[in-house]
Amino acid sequence: MSMHDSDSVGQQIDAVYRAERARLLARLIGVVGDFDLAEEALQDAFVAAVRTWPDVGVPDNPAGWLMTAAKRKAIDRIRRGGARERRQRDWGELSIAWTSGDPRDSMIDDRLRLIFTCCHPALGIEAQVALTLRSVGGLTTAEVASAFMVSESTLAQRLVRAKAKIRDTKIPYRVPPASQLSERLDAVLAVIGLIFNAGYLAGEGNELVRVDLCDEAKRLAHLVIELLPGEAEAAALGALLCMQDARRAARVGTDGQPLTLEEQDRSMWDRGQILAGLQLLERSVSMAPPGPFALKASISAVHSSTRDAASTDWHAIIALYDQLAVFEPTPVVALNRAVAVAMAGTPADGLALLEDPTIAEPLASYHLFHSTRADLLRRSGHHDEAAVAYAQARGLTRNRAEHDFLDRRLAELGTNE
Amino acid sequence: MRYMLIIANDLDLHPVPGGPGWDDLMAGYAAFNEQLTSHGTPFSGDPLMPPSTATTVRVRDGKTLTVDGPFAETKEWMSGYYLIEADSLDGALMAASMIPSAKYGAVEVRPVADMG
Repeated sequence: MSMHDSDSVGQQIDAVYRAERARLLARLIGVVGDFDLAEEALQDAFVAAVRTWPDVGVPDNPAGWLMTAAKRKAIDRIRRGGARERRQRDWGELSIAWTSGDPRDSMIDDRLRLIFTCCHPALGIEAQVALTLRSVGGLTTAEVASAFMVSESTLAQRLVRAKAKIRDTKIPYRVPPASQLSERLDAVLAVIGLIFNAGYLAGEGNELVRVDLCDEAKRLAHLVIELLPGEAEAAALGALLCMQDARRAARVGTDGQPLTLEEQDRSMWDRGQILAGLQLLERSVSMAPPGPFALKASISAVHSSTRDAASTDWHAIIALYDQLAVFEPTPVVALNRAVAVAMAGTPADGLALLEDPTIAEPLASYHLFHSTRADLLRRSGHHDEAAVAYAQARGLTRNRAEHDFLDRRLAELGTNE
Repeated sequence: MRYMLIIANDLDLHPVPGGPGWDDLMAGYAAFNEQLTSHGTPFSGDPLMPPSTATTVRVRDGKTLTVDGPFAETKEWMSGYYLIEADSLDGALMAASMIPSAKYGAVEVRPVADMG
């Protein structure tokens, strides 16, 4: 058996792990009806693969081998478990799950079931995010904890509570019926969007365990697009994430400070990702009238296809924000629209909109409201008022890169006086 | 699995007997009960008299303390309940969303603990 070079077997196991872990786990949860048991059994199966494959060779169907091994390990664990485990996960339940009655069963990729269950609205949003990254994304508890800057024990507790709620209240492990699909899909897309934003807005931490949440979110979005190819908003989310992520290299200046859209060197934007985004957006709008993600992606597309801020078609952007406000009549959308109005006309036009108490009051503790206002005040020559607003913004964020940015602005104002 | 649907109402918003919206509300409850019956799942449920009729009992050191009023001071009061059978939380949530009072207050969905 010298032909089985153990290094290359190790690499093959890694590759199988990356490609098949989520699918195997999703299937296994369906079979054993329990997240923890499925995770443990799958772990056992991979350990068995690491032990035996270097000697006997990689099986022809590695995923099938792992599935069989994991089922056997699950049964071992049930037999070894206490009376309580046995009652919860008894043989009857197992054999029923083997031949589940849903006629769509064989057609549905189990990963879709897993995604919808992790993003069930009966779970808190933080739990949905954590569970999705852990179960679908395959991140470790330490990685998820570090990405969201919470302690590992806090995150572990969150996961335990979420899994207990799934089990105790019988949150179904299924793709929701057609009548609820669009509402539930919105929740899934919102979770993915949240994961991306967490990665996008995170400063350069000096954590030991670094996870790229933007990459994770894009992977999840592409998985949903692959599994639900007919859903326009899923494609639109994918489009939005590609185009946002295309700006990654340009978002940070040479000293590591964040740059605004206007300041970015657009030649540094990743053309490949922009093209991929535009294609997804085209696909999305060909399927259905634009929803909120399609509108956000369209706004991003206008920027992506324009050389610089000055030559941007701001009137098109205002019109897209108007449409978006129909779906999301939120003060944040109004804030962004005000910026577009300022760019299309004068900073004073934008400032006038920000005076509106339906925008100003709910955003009073949102640092981007104050930094946007400060920016418009600076452009219209009101440097003292701008300085006050920058200082307000600085007091409302703890992000170091944001602090540096606001300090830079404050310093610029100082030299102008 | 059995679930309890606990109806909590904001008395300022909820229709009162004889007031505006009351007849529609009652018709809504009749339709909901009809739907549960035709679905064939066992259920029970009743409305409660208003919180002004509540008396709360606590036993401390063997002494019974009886106090006028409900046990929790909140804006929303438990005004009734349903006990239903559903195959998953989704079924129970669906039923909860069909309770007419959900439009005015809130319905808390809790699985019944199996002590067997």
